[in-house]
Amino acid sequence: MAAALTTHDLNLYYGDFRAVRDVNLVVQRQHITAIIGPSGCGKSTLLRSFNRMNDVIHGSRAAGRIMFAGQNILDPEVDPVALRRRIGMVFQKPNPFPKSIYENVAWGARVNSFRGDLGTRVETSLRQAALWDEVKDKLDRDALTLSLGQQQRLCIARALAVEPEVILMDEPCSALDPIATLKIEDLMRSLAATYTIVIVTHNMQQAARVSDITAMMMLGDDRTAGTIIEVGDTKTIFTRPKDKRTEDYVTGRFG
Amino acid sequence: MANAGRIPEKQRVRLVRDIARLNEDVLSLGSLVEQATLQSVESLKLRDFEASRRIIHEDREINRRRFAIEEAVLAVIATQQPVAHDLRRLTAILDVVTELERMGDYAKGIAEINLRIGEKPLIKPLIDVPRMANKAVDMLHRAVGAFVAGDAVEARSVPQADEEVDQLYNQVYNELVMHMISDPRTIDGATYLLWVAHNLERLADRVTNICERTIFLVTGEQLEMDSEEDFA
Repeated sequence: MAAALTTHDLNLYYGDFRAVRDVNLVVQRQHITAIIGPSGCGKSTLLRSFNRMNDVIHGSRAAGRIMFAGQNILDPEVDPVALRRRIGMVFQKPNPFPKSIYENVAWGARVNSFRGDLGTRVETSLRQAALWDEVKDKLDRDALTLSLGQQQRLCIARALAVEPEVILMDEPCSALDPIATLKIEDLMRSLAATYTIVIVTHNMQQAARVSDITAMMMLGDDRTAGTIIEVGDTKTIFTRPKDKRTEDYVTGRFG
Repeated sequence: MANAGRIPEKQRVRLVRDIARLNEDVLSLGSLVEQATLQSVESLKLRDFEASRRIIHEDREINRRRFAIEEAVLAVIATQQPVAHDLRRLTAILDVVTELERMGDYAKGIAEINLRIGEKPLIKPLIDVPRMANKAVDMLHRAVGAFVAGDAVEARSVPQADEEVDQLYNQVYNELVMHMISDPRTIDGATYLLWVAHNLERLADRVTNICERTIFLVTGEQLEMDSEEDFA
């Protein structure tokens, strides 16, 4: 199994406060990795570090290395904007642009100097996001007229339009109803054939359903600085986890 | 022309695929047990000790597969949160593979008896015992097929054949007891053959359990399908 992304002794700070401690994680290419753990343990902070989204938070700081495509992406020479084309992100609350469905998907490609046929790229992305059939006759409609579930799939199409290698998803289904959630989960499985996906979710059952690999994050003993206490094949994590803390968490003994 | 409707999307792809795989695994395991049963009786009839040894050795594969299926069921239950029909099927699979593994043990037992009898000739030619085996294996084949297909109608009808197996067993039993009474030197040989017949009779009984599981799976109904004549 090849690695898409590897962290080495990764520590993440907000000012003096250490939010994430000593993470050494290998994210496998073309697999779905879920990061689970109780609220406030640093899951989202960790996820955001993978495409330098923490940069936009004043005072945030990283120590250690994150290797992607042979480069340490924490290196000051790395262009975070170019990085975010290759490592895309989908957020908890669907956030389509206040533009047409077509424009939402086309915009990123255009901005990245895409020279090919834009219409084809838009269609391909919408098909990959399992949204094409529902919107093909109304591409010029405002994206905000779509249901939340459709908007989220539009955001996924938007990320796909710039042909990323990795897609990060931060609680992508929290705002959605159960049917929309299952649709996105099925979509994730089909995308995993091509892309590497990392999902942060507080919904354990979702992590169990959808991921290949699960990383269990937990706060340290002093209730600060979360770290990964166990990583493994999802089936193993949910049938016989190695660490008792993981067992307590997934069985709901401790939340 | 207006868009006539979306292509229906498949949902729970992973769960559906996992269950399909498990059904295939159950079919395969059923096949192994069928073969082991038929071969164990055939090798007894032909006094083929090599074949019997092979059957004993291959029982390990039956056991291994049973555990592999159990592991897979656990993983699906843990990760996919199946409910309703899916959950009933998965717990039924656990039951069915246990029954199949026991049936594999019966076949192994018959092979062991062939080795125990050894060089001594059989006290009588095998006629009814192979008939029992064929009937029982036919029942098994139909029952596992009905289980995988979720066919409650077939599952209800298979146990009727158990009466024939029981009748053959009674015939064999009576015949062997007559042998033992008329010539005590045949007690050893007759007892071995009794065990063989008993194993086949128990195998057919377990097939009925598989049919009960199938009906439970399809209807949610728990029932016992004993033949009423058992204690008539």
